[in-house]
Amino acid sequence: MSGRMGAAVGTVWRHRLFWPVLILVVLLLSNLIFTPSFFSVEMRNGHLYGSLIDIARFGAPLVLVALGMTLVIATGGIDLSVGAVVAISGALACLWISKQPDQNAVVGVLVAVGLALLLSLVLGVWNGFLVAAVGIQPIIATLILMVAGRGLAQLITDGQIITINSSPYKLIGGGYLFGLPFSILLALVMTLLAVLFTRRTALGMLIEAVGSNAEASRLSGIRSRRYTLLVYVFCALCAGIAGLMVSSNVSSADGNKAGLLIELDAILAVVIGGTLLTGGRFSLGGTVVGALIIQALSTTIYTIGVPPQTTLVFKAIVVTVVCLIQSPAFRAKFSRRGRPGRADPPARSVQQKVEVPA
Amino acid sequence: MAEPAILTMTGISKQFPGVKALDNVDFRLLPGEVHALLGENGAGKSTLIKVLTGVYSIDEGTIALEGAPVRFSGPSQAQQAGISTVFQEVNLCPNLSVAENIFIGREPRRFGAVRWQEVRRRAAELLHRLQLDLDVTARLSDYSIAVQQLVAIARAIDISPKVLILDEPTSSLDSSEVDELFRVMKQLRDEGTAILFVTHFLDQVYEISDRITVLRNGGLVGEFLTRDLPQLELVAKMIGKELEVLEELEEQPGREAAARAHAEPVLEASGLARTGAVAPFDLSVHRGEVVGLAGLLGSGRTELARLLFGADRADHGQIRIGGRPVALRGPGVAMANGVAFCSEDRRAEGLIEDLTVRENIVLALQASRGWTRPLSRRRQDELVEAYLRSLRITPANPELLVRDLSGGNQQKVLLARWLITNPRLLIVDEPTRGIDVGAKAEIQRLVVSLADDGMALLFISAELEEVLRLSHTIGVMRDRRMVATLANDDDVDTERVMRAIAEGAVA
Ligand SMILES: Nc1ncnc2c1ncn2[C@@H]1O[C@H](COP(=O)(O)OP(=O)(O)OP(=O)(O)O)[C@@H](O)[C@H]1O
Ligand SMILES: [Mg+2]
Repeated sequence: MSGRMGAAVGTVWRHRLFWPVLILVVLLLSNLIFTPSFFSVEMRNGHLYGSLIDIARFGAPLVLVALGMTLVIATGGIDLSVGAVVAISGALACLWISKQPDQNAVVGVLVAVGLALLLSLVLGVWNGFLVAAVGIQPIIATLILMVAGRGLAQLITDGQIITINSSPYKLIGGGYLFGLPFSILLALVMTLLAVLFTRRTALGMLIEAVGSNAEASRLSGIRSRRYTLLVYVFCALCAGIAGLMVSSNVSSADGNKAGLLIELDAILAVVIGGTLLTGGRFSLGGTVVGALIIQALSTTIYTIGVPPQTTLVFKAIVVTVVCLIQSPAFRAKFSRRGRPGRADPPARSVQQKVEVPA
Repeated sequence: MAEPAILTMTGISKQFPGVKALDNVDFRLLPGEVHALLGENGAGKSTLIKVLTGVYSIDEGTIALEGAPVRFSGPSQAQQAGISTVFQEVNLCPNLSVAENIFIGREPRRFGAVRWQEVRRRAAELLHRLQLDLDVTARLSDYSIAVQQLVAIARAIDISPKVLILDEPTSSLDSSEVDELFRVMKQLRDEGTAILFVTHFLDQVYEISDRITVLRNGGLVGEFLTRDLPQLELVAKMIGKELEVLEELEEQPGREAAARAHAEPVLEASGLARTGAVAPFDLSVHRGEVVGLAGLLGSGRTELARLLFGADRADHGQIRIGGRPVALRGPGVAMANGVAFCSEDRRAEGLIEDLTVRENIVLALQASRGWTRPLSRRRQDELVEAYLRSLRITPANPELLVRDLSGGNQQKVLLARWLITNPRLLIVDEPTRGIDVGAKAEIQRLVVSLADDGMALLFISAELEEVLRLSHTIGVMRDRRMVATLANDDDVDTERVMRAIAEGAVA
């Protein structure tokens, strides 16, 4: 009997979402010490409020960007330009709305959203083209747009911060639907779509194959260019939506600051979620948890009152610890000490993909 | 038996999730002997080597080197203790040069700086010992898997180890390289090195080994002196039953060769060539015909096959498939025309190690359907189950990661991937590499029956006997040129093919 229990615990322990979820829970619980009401969620005028809701709401743009990043990383690539795309998309939408005689007209807002997403798609095609067709290394190819894209965003906003006053647009990042923040719903829908697209079709498996062994995939007849292009386009689309959310939430577009460094948080979220930077197997669920961990960490820093000048150091320390806990090699060191000779994750000294913690 | 063992392993057990890979195994190695470690695919040979060198930890048991208990944390530590290993899946860095691969981690230095001149000179010397004349500054990945294997061996023998472990070093070598390797092994043995040697070629066992240890299903069957153990008995010990003689394939293909060569052609290449890889050649493969390619290492067999699959693009000549001219822009086009290619290098060009057995098997079929038309899970399971059974892949669990399978079973997975696509022309490059005696006969039988059912096959193997036994037509390659095509009739034998290879023309 206890054997079976042990086995059950063993499989939970081995599940790949185990560590990310545990870390998230610990992070949230640690807030309770400082804010006993941290877990309370209440209904005010038909809207849900609470710290947990806030974490999800503020984390939604990161969740979106990280989703796209996951697929890019799974193919063995990386997309550094997502921050720039966030800025561009927000800037274009706000510019369009600011030019409307009636900023509250739904049609105008819809056109603005459409234009911004269309431009994001074009930028994704650009990235995908450089990587898949021209064959530039992803980190360089997307660096181009990372730098040039900021310039483009500033060009759109004319170097100013565009402020708008549009209640339909405000819905995207700051509004509510069915009592829940709209941004959470949007992130949820995109997550589900991404999961459906990758796991209900063969897309996920083919992407994983390309990311683990590009040559073997080619010789199996996988047309990897097609899938590479697709993931960069999807990634840019996600970043574009995130850009709408960010600008809508503050009702303004700042070509300089919007989405700044979000690419790094997104990469971190992907890695914490259990997808290796070397490509191959990916976990969208893990990424969502990873993004929430990063958002929860920011929230925690405020609630426990870390002095502002040390927040970055604090964040760095927590991230390092999280990555260490995530690393099977690191865990093996400790479990081996406890119980010598147990079947551990084989120490693959045979030239293997190295787990890259961050 | 006065000589004390240099290495003793006692009561070794190793459990993987769901598989007991080693169960209370004893093993010892005497100085100055070649000791063959034998067993079927998945018997635990590689695992024994990996627990010895510290790649895996052991659950139970002890290891003693020269009488002192040891436990290594990894191959590099084992190497420092004098145990040099060439693993089954050669683990070198394909992006580095040959010379760098041989000396990586122990480069000769002066004042801290690597002496590259010295590295290159000594690398060339070492390879020369194996009668190998390579450009040591070229990238390793430019060379075939056989050469890579030899480079790994060169690396291992450089330091005159006390113990040399070779896990299937001959699986992709031609007989002449095998001879060179054996010469070096004998030399090392006479200098007192203890050599552990894994192979599925029984004639090699009898040629070089002094002693044999047989494993079966993770258990120890016994240790024998080679000269006291006749081959039939050895096979019986490996497979665990008196064998219903693995008789040679009955019918010589010769009788039918002429008939098959007049069937309708599936693929015709004329003047096909790729500069630097293969000189222009003509070749046609007909329905139901097995065309074998014979030639020495580096003669261009693999390069030729790659052109027919569009893995590399030809820069001259034409290909007609099913009578229609086809521009082979890539593997996708070839597959759409019913051509399949099973690469010799299962690790770099074949399997996706991070994926499961099931995913690896359905990969090519799925790729040709595109991402929008996924095979239902039901269909996948049916297909995979069928091939797990017919190729006897063990463990027969489709959800295992393919890298956790033994080498021979991985090879069968790769074969299954192409069989389920049901191609018109199947190109197999060393399909029996690393496959045990019993399974090899089964795969050969499979080749025959596929051809009987009308499939065209291009069969490449370093084993000339195998080529002769299976093919209706034999293409002889030499120096990246097809020098002859022989109809495999009664007066073709190994000798005649060897002569054609040597002389570059039909004798
Ligand atoms: N890392 C691993 N995880 C799980 N199972 C493993 C792992 N490595 C090996 N096995 C299993 O252990 C058994 C023994 O494998 P091993 O590689 O030692 O076989 P082998 O005798 O070398 O066979 P071959 O002749 O095919 O190379 C097999 O059933 C294999 O599936
Ligand atoms: Mg093996």
